[in-house]
Amino acid sequence: MNPGKKQAEMIREISGVNPLKCMKCGKCSATCPSYNEMDIKPHQFVSYVVNEDIESLINSKSLWKCLSCFACVERCPRDVKPGKLIDAARQMVVRKKGQDYLKADEIPELLDPELPQQLLVSAFRRYRR
Amino acid sequence: MPLEKKEFKPKIVAFCCNWCSYAGADLAGSSRLTYPADVKIIRVPCSCRVNPMFILRAFEKGADGVIMCGCHPGDCHYSTGNYYARRRMTLLFSMLDYIGVESGRTRVEWVSAAEGVKFSETMNSFVEKIYSLGENVRLGDLRCKN
Amino acid sequence: MQRIGVFVCHCGSNIAATVDVSKVAEMALMEPGVAHAEDYQYMCSEAGQAKIAAAIQEKGLTGIVVCSCSPRMHEATFRKAAERAGLNPYMVEIANIREHCSWIHKDMEEATKKAVILMRAAVAKVNLNTPLQAGESRVTKRALVIGGGIAGIQTALDIADAGYEVDIVEKTPSIGGRMSQLDKTFPTLDCSACILTPKMVEASAHEKITIYTYSEVEKVSGFVGDFTVDIRRKARSVDMNKCTGCGVCQEKCPSKKAPSEFNRGLNTRSAIYTPFAQAIPNVPVIDREACIKFRTGKCGVCSKVCQAGAIDYEQKDEIITEKYGAIVVATGFDTIKLDRYDEYAYSQSKDVITSLELERVMNAAGPTHGHLERLSDGKAPKEIVFIQCVGSRCADDRGKPYCSKICCMYTAKHAMLIRDKYPDVNVTVFYIDVRTPGKNFDEFYRRAVEQYGVNYIKGQVGKVIPKPDGKLLVQGSDLLDNRQILKEADMVVLATAIEPNPDVRKIATMLTASIDTNNFLTEAHAKLRPVESPTAGIFLSGVCQGPKDIPETVAQAGAAAVKAIGLLAKDKLMTNPCTAHSDELLCNGCSSCENVCPYGAITYEDKEVNDHGIRETRRIAVVNNALCQGCGACTVACPSGAMDLQGFSNRQIIAEVDAICR
Repeated sequence: MNPGKKQAEMIREISGVNPLKCMKCGKCSATCPSYNEMDIKPHQFVSYVVNEDIESLINSKSLWKCLSCFACVERCPRDVKPGKLIDAARQMVVRKKGQDYLKADEIPELLDPELPQQLLVSAFRRYRR
Repeated sequence: MPLEKKEFKPKIVAFCCNWCSYAGADLAGSSRLTYPADVKIIRVPCSCRVNPMFILRAFEKGADGVIMCGCHPGDCHYSTGNYYARRRMTLLFSMLDYIGVESGRTRVEWVSAAEGVKFSETMNSFVEKIYSLGENVRLGDLRCKN
Repeated sequence: MQRIGVFVCHCGSNIAATVDVSKVAEMALMEPGVAHAEDYQYMCSEAGQAKIAAAIQEKGLTGIVVCSCSPRMHEATFRKAAERAGLNPYMVEIANIREHCSWIHKDMEEATKKAVILMRAAVAKVNLNTPLQAGESRVTKRALVIGGGIAGIQTALDIADAGYEVDIVEKTPSIGGRMSQLDKTFPTLDCSACILTPKMVEASAHEKITIYTYSEVEKVSGFVGDFTVDIRRKARSVDMNKCTGCGVCQEKCPSKKAPSEFNRGLNTRSAIYTPFAQAIPNVPVIDREACIKFRTGKCGVCSKVCQAGAIDYEQKDEIITEKYGAIVVATGFDTIKLDRYDEYAYSQSKDVITSLELERVMNAAGPTHGHLERLSDGKAPKEIVFIQCVGSRCADDRGKPYCSKICCMYTAKHAMLIRDKYPDVNVTVFYIDVRTPGKNFDEFYRRAVEQYGVNYIKGQVGKVIPKPDGKLLVQGSDLLDNRQILKEADMVVLATAIEPNPDVRKIATMLTASIDTNNFLTEAHAKLRPVESPTAGIFLSGVCQGPKDIPETVAQAGAAAVKAIGLLAKDKLMTNPCTAHSDELLCNGCSSCENVCPYGAITYEDKEVNDHGIRETRRIAVVNNALCQGCGACTVACPSGAMDLQGFSNRQIIAEVDAICR
């Protein structure tokens, strides 16, 4: 199995999303607040997963520009939810690094003044136990 | 003589009402939605035609699961048939439970003529359940076994 | 002992590709009672049927099993073939080895095994079949049409023109339906009212058509050819015979604050009202919730000004009961509620409207008298944005999974009309796909782009933000240019998904007609019987069956009418002989069966029986075969096992169970 295929399957598994349901309406990109910051636009995320080109996704600027505001998740009419795909791609990067969580004392040095506040809030909201 | 361990192939009887579920099964067929071949469908005019005796008979003859499908409540072709069926089956199932037949071996599902997808999904999940329960030994009449 | 013939169909490769048909035929010969077995390419073909007939005559067969497609498909075909060859048609059973076997299984061995078992079950059943005789029932030569929109009107006119009586039941005070609310129609840009009102007039003037407006179907009983229907005529509070339709009452009515249903709530109407000027019948109704007289007891202006003395505050709902041979459902559609699409700011801004509301805005009889203006401040818009697929093609539960079919075309129409009448207004359409299958449809859409300069952008709108200055900020994507667009607009029009009229579920339940998860009525066969419900005697007309534009609706209305006429033209119908009957020696007259019978088909008689030499009079259940529909509820309710259902007897079903579990 080529690595792209394996990675794409992993993304599908983590996100629980079937990217083939996408009807390419572009509502995700229409709704995205950080659209202009992204090199790969939210609607393109779906085709990258379909085309099994996960490396490009992982190396894209977009991956870390998504605010996880979930507007696309909320509004996607086809249950594809690009926000979840982006999340899954991030998860893969984190897993590659060998651990899927951060220690609390590691956080301050990782904080980038450029990082959007909403992303932090969103992350805490999602990963709280 | 050592008993040969045979691969478990369950026998599953599905009673389908002519107007909704049988048509739903037809739609599953024409949409090529697969489900295991262990399911054999018996056509009845209405779910209320299914006598609890038929279900007991199936178990007696070695069936491993029996599922009954009818129109959705309120949509019965004969107005009220599925309500009677629902009551009868509730009673029967509680009695089966009492005598030790696992409750997963029997099921009632409402499948309309337009729900081919639901039909195949229902059958898949039911067969999966029966596989997990294994062979029905409780009610089987030993004389019927070969 | 029966002599059974088993006929296995290849159905081309549909069955033969996954089921070893000759093996099935070979195995059949080992079954008890089977005297003949063969397989053939197409059993339903002329030649296939001839094979069955030949075998019946040559081998003296008494029963037939056809292993083929679903009995819902060809049971009637094979029964007729058997009947022609001199066999009782009810001696034929179908083993469904296509839909229930070959089409869903891939493994040949497994599928063949299952096909053999299904064949065995059918053989076991036929071994116990007995010849049945179909009875006859009469046909009431009158049709009921539920819904008075273009579909209902067209169906009623076609049935009436064939010489049969038709009643139309319409919920609102006037016939006309959605089409009466439209301004222009695509792709010819005819004025909707100009082509509809003559039909409304024709229907109301037709001697064979009775129209019950402001009425609803309350109860349906009976069966094909002989339905009994209760119709509730809601109290109009106006005497239809006396009213002259002068309209003074509406003018003088002091309560003018009720939202106008006809104008989609964009303006108000009086409490006594006709929905629109060309309403048929031209008799107003009093909206009792809005009427001051009904709320406070004081007013009565309409009564005072009515010269004909037609106002009747005491009027009560009236139930009329009528018999019908056929019922046509033409309940139409409504647009979905947009409360779950708040990103489009529909509830926040008056300038975000649905297409049906735009239809009223563009109409000369509408709230703005046909002037295109913003509903918030009355100013002329300069920038209009249309958003397609609002609620259509939606996989989650916010909207509808289907394509509403008409939106692409009416949006092109709106865009074109606006650009034509107001050339200084810019029109932008955000679309996902433009779907224009239909005669002259794509040409029409291309005209909107090429001649009228409508700006089509591929991409959906994400949100609409009302700005403090009254403008609307539209944020959408342009997928072809790969950019996000921020556009200021004065008006936003939403191509809202359509859904079947919510009342249709209630009606389907009354008619025992099947309905799908989207509330569209199911047709008897998706391709071959598109205007009939699986429930005999019920026909489907218009959008209640699926999204349709006007020409399609009219075509389907005509088709439904023809099917209804075909039924009404018959004097007698063959009844289903698969009815219940009770064994008088076993029946103990307990009334259990009577209690569960939905048709009142079971009565009790004192009958003299001979029970093993003892003659005595007993109370015994008797089934009226004309009323019994063969559901079998009584057979299970019977504690002594006296009730049985012909064609699906206890012994037959148990034989099938045994054969499957063997």
